[in-house]
Amino acid sequence: MKAIVNVHLKKGVLDPQGKAVHHALENLGFKNVEDVRIGKQILIELKAQSVEEAEKEVKEMADRLLANPVIENYTVEILQ
Amino acid sequence: MKVGMVVFPGTNCDRDTKWAFEKVGAQVEFVWHTDKLKKFDLVVLPGGFSYGDYLRSGAIARFSPVMEEVKKYAQKGGKVLGICNGFQILLESHLLPGAMTRNESLHFISKFHHLKVVNNENQFLSQCEKGEILNIPIAHAEGNYRVDNDTLKEMYDNGQILLKYCDENGEELNPNGSVDAIAGICNKEKNVFGLMPHPERAMDSILGGEDGIKMLKGFFQ
Repeated sequence: MKAIVNVHLKKGVLDPQGKAVHHALENLGFKNVEDVRIGKQILIELKAQSVEEAEKEVKEMADRLLANPVIENYTVEILQ
Repeated sequence: MKVGMVVFPGTNCDRDTKWAFEKVGAQVEFVWHTDKLKKFDLVVLPGGFSYGDYLRSGAIARFSPVMEEVKKYAQKGGKVLGICNGFQILLESHLLPGAMTRNESLHFISKFHHLKVVNNENQFLSQCEKGEILNIPIAHAEGNYRVDNDTLKEMYDNGQILLKYCDENGEELNPNGSVDAIAGICNKEKNVFGLMPHPERAMDSILGGEDGIKMLKGFFQ
């Protein structure tokens, strides 16, 4: 099974990279951009009997290592 | 005084920091990240780029075998000092509260910077005066300290905020966007210390300054 983990800085935590890209987009003429946040995507291939089991395990990975709960949120998506 | 200097793959300030502690009279031994921790008076996590800073600074180092031992050592009251990447590792290990993010400017900043001593009621800064202004080099890309407001208040109340970035007159000057311009903190029990500046690089006036000496000397008291 494949898991996609998306990690982003929490709302309220300043994202300087997102801000810099926002300015760059404005300079390119994209005037409609209201906010840009940059995160990371982690792709995991794993063995699991069911989607539920895979999700549980990947969430544990995210809690323990992939995201820092002090500053980051994450989402997990499982693809079969 | 016996100092254990922890070395991870990617640590690069271990030799300078060993030299600095020896200069003030300590016996220093390197501890490789897979080694057991011997009996030390102080364990130092020096600066560098442990495990290439992959994922987040300090995130992988946190799970190395030696950090399990450092954790137990600290929980028993053992003294730990984390400098720069060592500070980031202590945050990721939850031995210190908060987390680091990229500098607001996105630049790697490497220069001498003034610091104000906010609290000296701890061993690390016991040789410094409260309000004293020190000049110590900084060298980091992720020194933008973040912590939630409740924890921050608690840290002020407990005297855990140790150092803040300032200009030569002591006015707040924030190089990296850190909350309240914080440069160094300690835990509630005051045996675990972390700071982004490098005291080991301010040990000799011919190298730009020697304010680092009294910081390291605090541990001898």
